Amino acid sequence: MNRVYLDYNATTPVDPAVLDAMLPYFSGDFGNASSIHTFGQRARSAVETARENVAGLFGARPQEIVFTSGGTEADNHAIFGIVEAASGSAKHVITTSIEHEAVLNPCQALEKRGTLVTYLSVDRDGLIDVDELRNVLAAHPETGLITVMHANNELGTVQRLEEIGQIAAEADVFFHTDAVQSVGKLSIDVNAQNIDLLSLSGHKLYAPKGIGALYIRGGTRLRQLLYGGHHQRGFRPGTENVAGIVGLGKAAQMAKSLLTDDAARISKLRDTLEQGLVERVPDAHVNASGAPRTPNTTNITFPGLEGEALVISLDLKGLACSTGAACSSGAVEPSHVLTAIGRCADEARASLRFSLGRPTTGSDIDFALRVVPAAVAQLRELSTAYQKTGASHDQ
Amino acid sequence: MTNELVQPAVSAPETPLITRSQFDTLPACGALQSGLVAVAMSGGVDSSTVAALLQEQGRRLVGLTMQLWNQRRLPELQGSAPAHHRCCSTDDVYDAKRVAQHLDFPHYVVNFEEYFERRVVRPFVDQYLAGRTPIACTNCNTNVKFEPLLRMARQIGAERLATGHYARIRKNQATGRWELLGARDDSKDQSYFLWGLTQEQLAGSEFPLGELSKDQVREAARRTNLPVAEKPESMELCFVPNGNYVQFIAAYSRERNLPVSEQFGEIVDETGTVIGRHTGLHQFTVGQRKGLGFAVGKPLYVLALDRENNRVVVGDDEALRTSASEIEGINWIAIDSPKQPLRARVKIRHKHNAAGATVEPIDATHARVIFDQPQRAITAGQGAVFYDGDRVLGGGWICSPKP
Repeated sequence: MNRVYLDYNATTPVDPAVLDAMLPYFSGDFGNASSIHTFGQRARSAVETARENVAGLFGARPQEIVFTSGGTEADNHAIFGIVEAASGSAKHVITTSIEHEAVLNPCQALEKRGTLVTYLSVDRDGLIDVDELRNVLAAHPETGLITVMHANNELGTVQRLEEIGQIAAEADVFFHTDAVQSVGKLSIDVNAQNIDLLSLSGHKLYAPKGIGALYIRGGTRLRQLLYGGHHQRGFRPGTENVAGIVGLGKAAQMAKSLLTDDAARISKLRDTLEQGLVERVPDAHVNASGAPRTPNTTNITFPGLEGEALVISLDLKGLACSTGAACSSGAVEPSHVLTAIGRCADEARASLRFSLGRPTTGSDIDFALRVVPAAVAQLRELSTAYQKTGASHDQ
Repeated sequence: MTNELVQPAVSAPETPLITRSQFDTLPACGALQSGLVAVAMSGGVDSSTVAALLQEQGRRLVGLTMQLWNQRRLPELQGSAPAHHRCCSTDDVYDAKRVAQHLDFPHYVVNFEEYFERRVVRPFVDQYLAGRTPIACTNCNTNVKFEPLLRMARQIGAERLATGHYARIRKNQATGRWELLGARDDSKDQSYFLWGLTQEQLAGSEFPLGELSKDQVREAARRTNLPVAEKPESMELCFVPNGNYVQFIAAYSRERNLPVSEQFGEIVDETGTVIGRHTGLHQFTVGQRKGLGFAVGKPLYVLALDRENNRVVVGDDEALRTSASEIEGINWIAIDSPKQPLRARVKIRHKHNAAGATVEPIDATHARVIFDQPQRAITAGQGAVFYDGDRVLGGGWICSPKP
């Protein structure tokens, strides 16, 4: 069966050039980057080159990059690391209601340990209100950390990091951003945007799963998350995942050179898909269309059907997309993001995310524009709820 | 027409199982992918074998596994739950996926946690707290498996939903009705839990194990090399894996901010004489013997739970036996709701030997059942299923006795 993949926010394939760069480090240059001998030195040199490439993607210095097992570890390290390094007992963290679970769940764990957490609300496009942030900061001088995601995984909404970073800097509060969905898609400058900590994940930018990084601004004190050897200057013990790190470095290097062209080409395809679906499917509407978004993401509500049934129907026809965030068993949980932007439970359930990637072609979009409207029409035929609403619209 | 008083309206003709699709009671739908069958897969050996057997028949399959209950939901119960043999755990979902992968057909997990809580768990707890002894499995069948799951199956283009139930479905050509029959293997029969299925639900379902014994099912699982062929059966209610209902109800009620009353109450005999004290009605079910907290030299049983007075009424075994009960919420399957009394064998709990009785209709969904012989512990909240031979005429809920 011809299969089209429009779920690049879930994960991306390893780019063939990334794979080529990684392959020597499995069996040939297999050394431990901490070893003194030539084998170790080759691995070390590859790791450090990768570190430069990753740092170069967002204006950081190489020594400010710590490699992790992925985005979740980076988020945990940033949040627990900052809060638990802070002196004094009065602790307060500011985050948003639409973060990924890798941020929300650490925050909830902090709450159980007595840290106060404020979850900023978002508007109908998924944007936080910076005035609300200022007010919360003013009311809580004990705030130790602001953690606001750069781009949302479900909507694509991009927060105004520069403004948030400015506010954080003025208040002298650490600012962390989960940039898992934006690194490689949007240009980021940790200095211009006053970012102190930034999480990224390899498998969202054509590097493999199991590798990620945390940017930690020089001079930032962080409690370590893992205890072990002195790897990565003690920030992250554990023998370095050399092949994974090399892959992430290569992917970062490629992203830097391709970013502008990719964004232009992919956003054009995304717009074609989005407009095509809105034209072809009655009552379909785009979520967060009023906000700046990542170039590859569109989230569309198809009233009157269950998104879960649509995702399965589309997969049986060869189109991969998603609804909400997937949990470990693969079952779909109701989206906290869509509820946060004011969608009711029925609308949240009737929403699908299409996310495009570097390999996406015009014919992929044509395929989606053929199968999605047909599948929606078939499901609506079975939905008495939609027929009832439809009838009342006509009157 | 007097013979209809004692004979069900139609006798059961020995027609073979219907395997061709006959959606005369469902609206026609152009979306059907012809021949596609959805298999409800729990990850256990029964439903996995259903998939293997249907595939051998050359049917095209799609597997669906319901995510029903979050095991992390009530963390205070975690310590007491055994680590395995838990239904609806993530491990079971993975088992279902392994089977689908082994047989090579598409498989999806669908999240019905909200449905399950609203339609099964909460009513179960509410019924318990109201002094009844509910059966969650019947509600789950009627309101989850053969409702949103069957709907999902049809939405994704399947003609039918096949499950691992031990029961049979057939179309009675004479009456035009879909009928539910007990399993060939009487010891595995699950028709008692399926009385709530409507004509439309029966028409959209298939029970391929109804003709087989458990041994034959295991054998088929081994023959097709299913990765779950040797998996033990789960016996407990899936959302109370350790079987401790009292603990579950207390924890769930606390989570809802409606903690159960642990107020002391009286335990009385049939004459109203106080013979002991209890610490909460939810700890008792009718017919229960053990755990009354005291000994009086002869076995005593819970006869009734008097919610109004927070009292447990106890008595000896003889006092548990009654002949009549009112039934509500009846779903008639093999026949239209009858106007006249009819004879049937009536089963009042899963392991009960169906007993001869007269079913006197009160209205379309209410009836009075009068047993030929008194039956032990007719318990409010359990199902009463009316059989004609192995054919299910209908069923309903046993009402609380009228004061």
